[in-house]
Amino acid sequence: MKVVLAQSGRPFPDWAWFNQANIERLQGLFIEHMQLTVLALFFGLLIALPLAVAAMRWRRLYNPLLNLTGVLFTIPSAALIIAMFAFLPIERFGLRLRTSVIALTIYTLLILFRNTVAGLDSVPRDVKEAATAMGFTPVRRLLRVEFPLALPVIIAGVRIAAVTTLGLVTITAFIGQGGFGQLFITGFQRQYTMEVAVGVVLSFALAILVDLALVGVERVLTPWSQSRGARA
Amino acid sequence: MNTEHIIPWLLGQEYPNTGVAGVPTLLLEHVLYVVVPLALAIAIALPIGLWVGHINRGGTLAINIANGGRAIPSLGIIIIAFIAFSAGFIPVYITLTAMAIPPILTNTYVGVREVDPEIRDAAAGMGLSGWDMLRRVEIPMALPVIMAGVRTSAVQVVATATLAAYIGLGGLGRPIFTGLAIGPQFNPDAKTLLVVACVLVAVLAVLTEQLLGLVERAVVPTGLVRREQQEQGGAPPRPVADADADADAARESHEQTTVGA
Repeated sequence: MKVVLAQSGRPFPDWAWFNQANIERLQGLFIEHMQLTVLALFFGLLIALPLAVAAMRWRRLYNPLLNLTGVLFTIPSAALIIAMFAFLPIERFGLRLRTSVIALTIYTLLILFRNTVAGLDSVPRDVKEAATAMGFTPVRRLLRVEFPLALPVIIAGVRIAAVTTLGLVTITAFIGQGGFGQLFITGFQRQYTMEVAVGVVLSFALAILVDLALVGVERVLTPWSQSRGARA
Repeated sequence: MNTEHIIPWLLGQEYPNTGVAGVPTLLLEHVLYVVVPLALAIAIALPIGLWVGHINRGGTLAINIANGGRAIPSLGIIIIAFIAFSAGFIPVYITLTAMAIPPILTNTYVGVREVDPEIRDAAAGMGLSGWDMLRRVEIPMALPVIMAGVRTSAVQVVATATLAAYIGLGGLGRPIFTGLAIGPQFNPDAKTLLVVACVLVAVLAVLTEQLLGLVERAVVPTGLVRREQQEQGGAPPRPVADADADADAARESHEQTTVGA
């Protein structure tokens, strides 16, 4: 069904959009999209995991940290991302990936922090005591007992953070990156609905696929949780 | 940054040389872009969520709608609405409303579902059924979770309304994108516009969240609050888990399961 849109005069859907040049473009955009997401998740975990362990150890820290990450999460991403771009020195930040990564990382913190704490909290006391009785030092206990048991919840958090970040990456298009989000900007400038639509569909598909992949990762890493009945 | 322009601008004067209206105007526009879609979304999603929760059908769909909604890029949808349909704010309002619906829908459904079955039993034993049960038992008990959904949705709409300025509408996004277009690194006026507007948007979002938190406290019956406090006295923090994320996450008042994009 070809519909000519009055606004642009271009047909929609316009399958001719998928020419050689554009397909190559898509590859590059995909890589950029994934780069930003992976980096943000990596640094997010790097920050959130120690924070979570600290919050477990010093309970008083939990609420302040939760509130802090919560407030950061509330800040509209367009505002944060663009403000970072304007504020940070242009030579070292500016249009480079790191500006976006900083902003994207901030948004992962609330989810990762909260889920990691919840996961670590869910480890039964008896198990921790048994581990100590077996001779585990606190650090080894953390690494070899608590984290593995907390893994399902942590990965659930990573899933949500991943999908969230994948969506937010499109906003970084305003400062020159954006992954598939770049298609929104260029499509808008050229009033090319097909281009924008391709961007939307690909972003959406990517988010769904990554989510499914992480479900797979969760299953692989925690084989013992499978027998415990349905948990999506 | 040119600080001398900031105060007049905040007070209502148009920012010189840029054609950006004073802050009060922008704020009003922005609030309008938030309140109308939010109200519509509540009007649509609340009844549907309550009904689906009450009759306990279509739950998986309700939960997956929120998950799917999270994956949809808001910027893209807004731009498509603008190009494909027509310029002007009707398509954008429709889009904003559509995007505000998922969190409210899911949380309403989950809230109703999570009402303690024993309480439902007790109510049935007292002779309540159908509409009465819904109105006097299920809705009040589901209120905390429902309000959490409304808060999440509100913050999301505030953020997306910022984006609406990109396609030519008003609101607090206007100075952000104007500043961005002029070039903040080279033009101090642009930088001022941009940074101040970003701060304003952030403050607006946080204020909205806090304000709705107060509304929640006013609206939720006190007996419920005390009951929740007792329950959660020693309980660990609730995680934001998988697809049933909003089920668990919805319980805590301060949660936001969807991001402001």
